[in-house]
Amino acid sequence: MNCEKYYLPATVEEAINILRENQGNARLIAGGTDLVLQLRERKINTKALVDLSALKELNGITENNGWITIGSMTTHQQIAASGIIREKARVLAEAAQSIGSPQIRNVGTIGGNVVNAQPAADTTIALMALDARARILTNQGEITKPVGELFLGAGQSAIDPTSEILLAFDIKTPGAREATAFMRLAKRKALALPIVNVGVWLKLDQTLSKFEDIRIALGPMAPVPVRATNTEAVLKGAPLQQTVLLQAMAVLEKEISPRDSLRGSAFYKKEMAKVLLKRAILVAVKDLGGELGE
Amino acid sequence: MAGKKHKIKFLLNGTEQAMEVEPNSTLLRTLRDGLGLTGTKCGCDNGECGACTVLIDGKAVLSCLTLTVEVDGKEVTTIEGLAQGTTLHPVQQAFIDHHGTQCGFCTPGIIMSSVSLLNENPQPTEMDVKKALVGNLCRCGSYPMAVNAVLQAAGKNRGGEK
Ligand SMILES: Cc1cc2nc3c(=O)[nH]c(=O)nc-3n(C[C@H](O)[C@H](O)[C@H](O)COP(=O)(O)OP(=O)(O)OC[C@H]3O[C@@H](n4cnc5c(N)ncnc54)[C@H](O)[C@@H]3O)c2cc1C
Ligand code: FES
Ligand code: FES
Repeated sequence: MNCEKYYLPATVEEAINILRENQGNARLIAGGTDLVLQLRERKINTKALVDLSALKELNGITENNGWITIGSMTTHQQIAASGIIREKARVLAEAAQSIGSPQIRNVGTIGGNVVNAQPAADTTIALMALDARARILTNQGEITKPVGELFLGAGQSAIDPTSEILLAFDIKTPGAREATAFMRLAKRKALALPIVNVGVWLKLDQTLSKFEDIRIALGPMAPVPVRATNTEAVLKGAPLQQTVLLQAMAVLEKEISPRDSLRGSAFYKKEMAKVLLKRAILVAVKDLGGELGE
Repeated sequence: MAGKKHKIKFLLNGTEQAMEVEPNSTLLRTLRDGLGLTGTKCGCDNGECGACTVLIDGKAVLSCLTLTVEVDGKEVTTIEGLAQGTTLHPVQQAFIDHHGTQCGFCTPGIIMSSVSLLNENPQPTEMDVKKALVGNLCRCGSYPMAVNAVLQAAGKNRGGEK
């Protein structure tokens, strides 16, 4: 690792100026739980590091005018402990709580998790289910993108940490009859990356007897985190029935294409994705006082 | 490897420490190789074992994934900083009383995670303790004794019986 310089900017403006002056030779660092290893293994090389940890404006969770905002430097520990997130975006609270270990959650950030761009990054899956918007500072000013558009390939983010700064995520405050759930399968309950993880957001109709709307995000089913849009289409407007759920699971199986890996075979991941989807839907429906008929 | 040195100052076990470090040194390397504080162990050097756990501003953090430059202006506590003179920290004493350690390699890390827990939650349940220690692997399998030790230390902090 040929890193020669370290900057600790006091404002976001200063940070973006440092990146600009270094013309691609400086890279942002947040908690460092991914980056320090990547630098040591020389998977990533950079001449300078720009540490975002002094930027208070990037850290914290607030709720305003129907939107929940989570700063990119907010740690997994802060998210898992946040009353707002636990109450209004349970899928994200549980995803953050499932990451690594207390030591990792104390420093690892939601921004780093997303920019590291792994297909089953836990908070990423939750943010996809929540249809979060990312606010990004570029050289041309601030832009907003749906989280789903931030992934180009395994480990490849659409955000360039040598010239752009992910500022925050915005999530709509949930309305009536909306609930979320997170399900995760791993070899251990701690310090184990997910074999499969699933995030679900859904809305029931007035009578609590139909799915009015639903979003399903899964990992690792492709080189990037995915939404199961065909499966969502089957469920939208459909009655809360076991047979509908079975139909959705059958469509999901055709829609996802996980790989054989050390963590599990493609067949196993598909089977478990179906089971976790079912469990997540049941939990979210139950949360709203709904029930699945035969 | 040679990068430019960067000047930092931080509080290490209660004493101000000023030094020059390369931006790419990890805190684990600085503590062990630079400062001779070998109580903090290197088990895996990639975040998976917890043997390198230290406290930064009171919270458990992995020193193998922390760059030394990042602790500028912060407070770092290692296993060497827990005892007051010859009096052991209550968690250290509890590990002795409960045989919380066998070979001892994981112990400094487990004790630092435990101290971090008690900083935040002075009256943990058994499940709280287990959850706080999931990031610390012990190849000798001292887990039950370690959990008992932390619970005892918590009792002591509350002024309860040993
Ligand atoms: C032992 C261990 C266990 C883990 N377990 C899990 C797990 O269970 N689930 C999981 O999902 N992940 C896990 N991780 C991965 C990691 O902890 C997370 O991805 C973490 O959230 C990364 O955040 P960070 O702040 O440490 O990012 P960093 O390592 O600081 O940065 C990661 C990348 O993002 C860029 N970046 C950071 N912040 C910004 C920003 N604001 N704007 C633009 N670019 C930015 C950096 O340049 C870098 O490329 C684990 C890691 C370890 C070491
Ligand atoms: S040496 Fe840091 S976690 Fe193993
Ligand atoms: S006591 Fe030997 S590794 Fe824990």
